[in-house]
Order: sequence, then C-alpha cells, then structure tokens
Amino acid sequence: MAQTEQEILEGLANIVNEETGLDVGDVQMDKSFTDDLDIDSLSMMTIVVNAEEAFGVRIPDDEVKNLTTVGDAVRFIQNAQG
Amino acid sequence: MKRPRIFSPKGTGKIKRATGSPGSRILGVGGYRPERVVPNSEIVEAIQSSDAWIQERSGIVERRFARPDETVVDMSYAAAKDAIAMAGLDQSEIDAIIMATVTHPYQTPAAAPLLADRLDLRCAAFDISAACAGYCHAVSLASDMVRGGSATNVLVVGVEKLTDFTDFTDRSTAFIFGDGAGAAVIGRSDHTGIGATVWGSEGDSWSTIQQRESWVELRGREGVAWPAIKMEGHKVFRWAVWGMAPVAQRAMEAAGVKPSDLDAFIPHQANMRIIDAMLKQLKLPKDIVVARDIATTANTSAASIPLATERLLREGLVPHGGLALQIGFGAGLVYAAQVVELP
Repeated sequence: MAQTEQEILEGLANIVNEETGLDVGDVQMDKSFTDDLDIDSLSMMTIVVNAEEAFGVRIPDDEVKNLTTVGDAVRFIQNAQG
Repeated sequence: MKRPRIFSPKGTGKIKRATGSPGSRILGVGGYRPERVVPNSEIVEAIQSSDAWIQERSGIVERRFARPDETVVDMSYAAAKDAIAMAGLDQSEIDAIIMATVTHPYQTPAAAPLLADRLDLRCAAFDISAACAGYCHAVSLASDMVRGGSATNVLVVGVEKLTDFTDFTDRSTAFIFGDGAGAAVIGRSDHTGIGATVWGSEGDSWSTIQQRESWVELRGREGVAWPAIKMEGHKVFRWAVWGMAPVAQRAMEAAGVKPSDLDAFIPHQANMRIIDAMLKQLKLPKDIVVARDIATTANTSAASIPLATERLLREGLVPHGGLALQIGFGAGLVYAAQVVELP
C-alpha cells in the first residue's frame, strides 16, 4: 500500500538513525546524505537494503548514486510503491 | 549402400574402484606475510585521503607488501613449508598441489608446477582462478580428491601479490589490497573434517570486480592502462553482506552443525565493514571467535582465509580441533563456503 511522503520520511529517518546514530530530526527532505549527513557509501547501502525491506520496494544498485538527498530517496520509494 | 558397423563394447575390463578415505580434514596450515609493513600513511597521498578515512571505511590500519623480486611462488613456498610441518608430514608425502591465485603474472604455465619443483616434487600441480573464493574452492576440490582416492595429501595454497595489479591512484582499491600467502594440507581422516561446500557463481555481475583491460587489449594499443583490478565497492558490499550471509547459513546446514557448535567464523577478509555487517545478519552467538586479520594484513584475496586461520591458531585464540565456518567470495562473482575442523 502506498504511503504518504511524511510516513516514508519518518520511516527512513528511523532507518538512518539505526545505522548512523543521527537524530531522526536531522533527516530532512532537503538534506544531502553525503554532504549534510556525512553518510558514506557503505552505510548508504545498508540504509538502502533496510529501506527496501521496510517499504517493500526494490532500489537497484545503479539507482543509489542518483539518490543525493533524503527527498530523492523518499520520492523514489513513493514512486516505486506507486 | 553399406550399412554402418555397430560397435559393442568389449566388456572384458572393469575399472577398479579407487581406494579413497572415509573422510578428510585439514592437517596443518601455514602463512607467509611479507616483511615490509605499509601503514596507511604511505597510501594516502596518491588518493588524497587520510588514515582516519581508510580505517573508517575498511578497518585497515596497515598491510604487507612483497619485495619487487618476491614472487607468488616464493611466498607460497614459505607458507607451504609451515603447513607441511604442522601436518607432521615430510614434503615428499604431498601428492597434489592446488594453487588458488589471480596474480601469478603468466597466463601460462601455471604457478603450481614451479612450487612443486621448489619442493622437489613431481606430483599433480595446477592453479585455479576463483579470486577471493579461491581457497575455499581449492579446499573443496582437495577434500573430494582425498575422499575419492585421487590423492592422499593435497597442498592447497591461496596466494596473491596484489601490489602488481593495484592502481595506487584508484580511491576505491588502493588502500584495500595487500600481499601474502596461506597454505593448508588436506589429508585423510576417519571422520568428516570438511563439510560439504556450498558454492556458486553470478556471472551477470562479472564486471563488478575485474581486471581493467584484457591482455589482448594491452597488446599494441596506445592509451590502454595497466590491467589493474577495479571494483565497484558499494555493489560488492551489498552482495557480500546480504547475498553471502544466507550462503554461510546454508554451509552450516550442509555440514549439519548449528551456529552454537562453531568455535570460529573465518570470512574472507574483504573489509571490516563487510565482516561486521555480515555478523549482524548471521546473528552468531557471542562466544564465537571472528577473524579480523584484515586490520593488519588488508585484503589478500585467496590468501586471506588461510592467513587468518593460521593467525588465530598461532595466537591461541581458537582451539585445535574446533569447528570453523569459512566463506570466500569475490570476483566472478563467485563464492564458496564450508565448515571445517581446525587442525
């Protein structure tokens, strides 16, 4: 079932928090995973796999590099749930 | 028209059954680490990085580099001598050699006959190419050879001189690789000391870790770079963690052992982050010793598992006769895992 943008953001923020210890409040739509949240490529992969499981979507390896901001990821997940 | 003659077999000869062994086990292991210790500080300039960045992403503090004149055969010989000594054998009792390597710099001939000659042997000797999974592939072959009666004591060597195939300006690989050799002797046993191997390949991901150019492309073409090994690190990470944890699980099932029966977990030393993430997936009991040789040896591909095994035993961190789950995975993509009894 498709979730709202806010629901996906909250779910993703929890996943980011679990992997990195970052405060869920810091995970905002306009934040860059690399530049703002300081998340490296391996942590990003862990977040992606956990997000796939949590949201029931598939995020291909080659798509991950296009997910620059939290908003990119939220929108990708929302479209994939379509 | 002439009708074709119908042949029937003579039927006079019957092939004798080979005298195998009811079981096989690792009789001894040995390792060789090149003398030169190379800290991160020697690597960082060419990739505009830092010691902290490398440790954060890989857990690697330092690695060993072979001398320019030191070959994979030289390193293998040193590791083999120790493994044969631990097995309590004379080198003349080795009757087959399998070398797992991707850095012997000759397309042909193989390196193993040179190692056999160095050991004054004329036995079967051949190389296999299964990258970081090479050692576990070779252990599987050796175990089956002993049980099937094709050999009595098989010397298995995992060896790499990765410095010859590393681009030290490539940020995704320059800090990862190291040189070294690990060896094991597989021999007869009255019980099963090597569990069934769970193995496979995923050739659709062939280019995830690969030699940059083929040898043919290198010939007579300008602008072709030295065929160093390149890697798509984040893809490898995903495959290694979420793809390989179930393989490790299946290897335990194939051997008929539970996680709580294990004394050690010895995964290919690819990256400390992979080891940690894999452990999270496997949920192994806390008392199991986990090999973390990567910190001071880096990723030595086919050599990493026997080197880590040798170290755990030498440092007294695992018991002789204990059970270890070992899993190799790498370029191909290929993988192999089995539960073994430690020598």
